[in-house]
Amino acid sequence: MSTTTTIDGDLETAGISFHSTVSDFLALMKPRVMTLVVLTALTGLVAAPGTIHPFIGLIAIIAISVGAGASGALNMWYDADIDAQMARTAARPIPRGSVSPEEALQFGAVLSVMSVMTLGVIVNWVAGALLAMTIGYYLFVYTMWLKRLTPHNIVIGGAAGAFPPMIGWAAVAGNVTIESIVMFLIIFMWTPPHFWALALLRSKDYERVGVPMLPVVAGARATRVQIMIYSVILAPLAVVPSFIGLGGIVYGITATVLGIMFLYLAWNVWRFTEGPEADKACRKLFGFSILYLYLLFAVLLGEQLVSKLLA
Amino acid sequence: MEDEPKIALTPAEAKRQRLRSIAIALALGFLVILFYAATIIRLGGNVSNRVL
Repeated sequence: MSTTTTIDGDLETAGISFHSTVSDFLALMKPRVMTLVVLTALTGLVAAPGTIHPFIGLIAIIAISVGAGASGALNMWYDADIDAQMARTAARPIPRGSVSPEEALQFGAVLSVMSVMTLGVIVNWVAGALLAMTIGYYLFVYTMWLKRLTPHNIVIGGAAGAFPPMIGWAAVAGNVTIESIVMFLIIFMWTPPHFWALALLRSKDYERVGVPMLPVVAGARATRVQIMIYSVILAPLAVVPSFIGLGGIVYGITATVLGIMFLYLAWNVWRFTEGPEADKACRKLFGFSILYLYLLFAVLLGEQLVSKLLA
Repeated sequence: MEDEPKIALTPAEAKRQRLRSIAIALALGFLVILFYAATIIRLGGNVSNRVL
């Protein structure tokens, strides 16, 4: 005699119905973050000294972006409990019930291994090792350890998002040099003001789920000061590529103008502390910060492409 | 001897499982083509330069 059971009944009893589609799995990979990863990794790859076959270069970019997407999926698997309680993340595939946590874990783990192996075997193992370290850092150091432990979570965790240009550079040059470290540092210093502007707007959400973001732990005033400090460091740092041969005059002018605008918006966040003006200032800085990083790397990439094509 | 307990999949679950299998097959096929193409590109003209 055979005993027959159905999973469906249990899930329906729990009020959950898993009907995942391709788009749900794509959403697990945080596609908007992936576009930034593609841009920054491509910039590192094009800027690096040496040559790479276009097809191998394409594989490198795909592997890096898939690796980033995999770490996004693993992050959503681990954070599903708090994602469900925050307005910004409640519609993600796992809290929405369209992908089960187990599926997200398997998806993220398989993509992580495949992306690292592909990059290592086909391109080189320096890049492969950097990608493995990035995924591990984002999952174990940021998501599992620091995010729920310290208000400086985003500072240290932000390093994971800063690695792609370094990996792109290593894919061609096979090493890590001052140029790739500068690109890393620009994203590293950009991350805190970018996320804290958002955290100021969403501090109640973070407080409710117990994530010790800076505005929750240190208060809005201290967060505004920190945003200003990081912005003051970021603006001149972003011009450095023009002084080390990585960027040219167009990049230098762009970085300077954008840096002044970033500082102005950060200053607005610092001076408007209450009411709708304060929220508006945070929203403006958050929105502009995304444009800022895209433009910096797009101009750097454009300059590098032009100089390589003319050479 | 009593049979092992079995899980009977609903039509929706069976469809999901089939789609997952197809997705895995496509991904593996893509990787095979990718590694083959990359190997050919990596080897380049060296294939004809080897000692016979």
